[in-house]
Amino acid sequence: MTRREGLLDGTLILLAMLAVWQALYQYAGSAALTPPWATARYAVELLGTPTFWGHATQTLSAFAWSVAISAVLGIALGLWFGAFRFAGDVAEPMLASLYTIPKVTLYPVMLLLFGLGPSAKIAFGVIHGMIPVVLFTLGAVKNIRPVLLRAARSLRLSPMQTARFVLVPAVLPEIASGLRVGFSLCLLGVLIGEMFASQRGIGFLIINGINSHNVKLTTAVTLIVIVFAVGANSALLALDRRLHHRG
Amino acid sequence: MTETAAHAVLRGVTRVYPGTSQVHALGPIDLDIAKGEFFSVVGPSGCGKSTLLDVLAGLNPPTAGTIAFEGEPVAGSVPDGVGVVFQEDASFPWLTVRDNVAFGLRRLGMDAAEVTRRVDYAVGFMGLADFAGAYPAQLSGGMRQRVCIARTLVLQPRLILLDEPFGALDQQTRLLMGDELLRLWRETGATVLLITHALDEAAMLSDRVGVMSSRPGRFIDLVETGWPRDRDSRIVSDAAFGAITARLWSSLRTESMKAIGRG
Repeated sequence: MTRREGLLDGTLILLAMLAVWQALYQYAGSAALTPPWATARYAVELLGTPTFWGHATQTLSAFAWSVAISAVLGIALGLWFGAFRFAGDVAEPMLASLYTIPKVTLYPVMLLLFGLGPSAKIAFGVIHGMIPVVLFTLGAVKNIRPVLLRAARSLRLSPMQTARFVLVPAVLPEIASGLRVGFSLCLLGVLIGEMFASQRGIGFLIINGINSHNVKLTTAVTLIVIVFAVGANSALLALDRRLHHRG
Repeated sequence: MTETAAHAVLRGVTRVYPGTSQVHALGPIDLDIAKGEFFSVVGPSGCGKSTLLDVLAGLNPPTAGTIAFEGEPVAGSVPDGVGVVFQEDASFPWLTVRDNVAFGLRRLGMDAAEVTRRVDYAVGFMGLADFAGAYPAQLSGGMRQRVCIARTLVLQPRLILLDEPFGALDQQTRLLMGDELLRLWRETGATVLLITHALDEAAMLSDRVGVMSSRPGRFIDLVETGWPRDRDSRIVSDAAFGAITARLWSSLRTESMKAIGRG
């Protein structure tokens, strides 16, 4: 697909989504959501208020922490499980089933463990986002072509050099894919966490809007979250494609 | 050590794969490879040819016996001065051709100007100059194998071990790669051990060909070709070429039948 076609596709999808949004508004009325243009204007207005940024900073900081922890722990565990076949064989099915259970059911446990406040949100983001990073990394290490490791030995590399100059670059594209999936799930985890038990953050802002029937606020905040998530995801996808393209 | 002494010496080398089945893959093998010799090994599939290369390279330890390279025992790791080219494509897909070739030199911490000089030479020698900035995914199988040869060559090995390096290539490309290999061998003065399943390739390239039995692999025949040092693929039309290939096949025929269960 050329760049131009990609741009065209993107524009068409955007227009289709705006049309659906407008149609939903026509159907449900202002009791459920506000129309696209008005929402966009209010969203811009919100972006100029310190209150919004107070909440946004809370969310972004929790989100950044959970992404960082998911990435570091996820890659480390993935490399470890991948390098030691037995540990990997034990861990992989456990992680895969853990990945499928609805983690929302674990939230009360997280609250009891970490208390109300940012650490519970971060932990909740991490349990969402870390597992795909581990699984992608583990899979990449397990499936590395053995001849690359044999080549490293024949070039007289030490184990540390092999890890740094052969193993890591060989699995990097897969790690990038894992991070991209983990990134979106971390955001989901943090927002859900804020919706259930928090007095601050974007998730709280949305749930607060719903509770006080502030449709304008809920719709605008949702729009901001969507724009942020889609933008970040596209950037990561581009990086992902570039890494895969080389190999 | 003197020039005439054997470059690589194997004595009673045996390899049994550990585990419940205890597969006796190789040996015992006794072999002296002379310095600067082009030695090929042919044998039926599964006879332990690749095992022989692994053990000689120090990639796998022998179960019994000893291996010496330049008078030093080989144990547990690839000795300095030995280069290995594998059957599968072992180029690093995340590096360009140039960076692939420079890989080994950079790990040695060689200074950048010297790396550039040597890499330029190896890349040019293997006919890759126009593709120096390309990634392996953009190259054909034959060219990727050349990248791997260049990556080994650049380290100036004194013994080059090649494990069916042209096995995955078509016949024409294989003949031409054979010529390249002869040129490389002549210009570097290195000792070459080539594992191959192609009798014509062995007959054309080698000073000496070792014919291996079916598993456990042992040498059942050693054939001297008597080719001049400046030979190339045109010797396939020489009468002696037919005679050598015929002798290799007559040594190998019974063993190959055993390997496919008709022995």
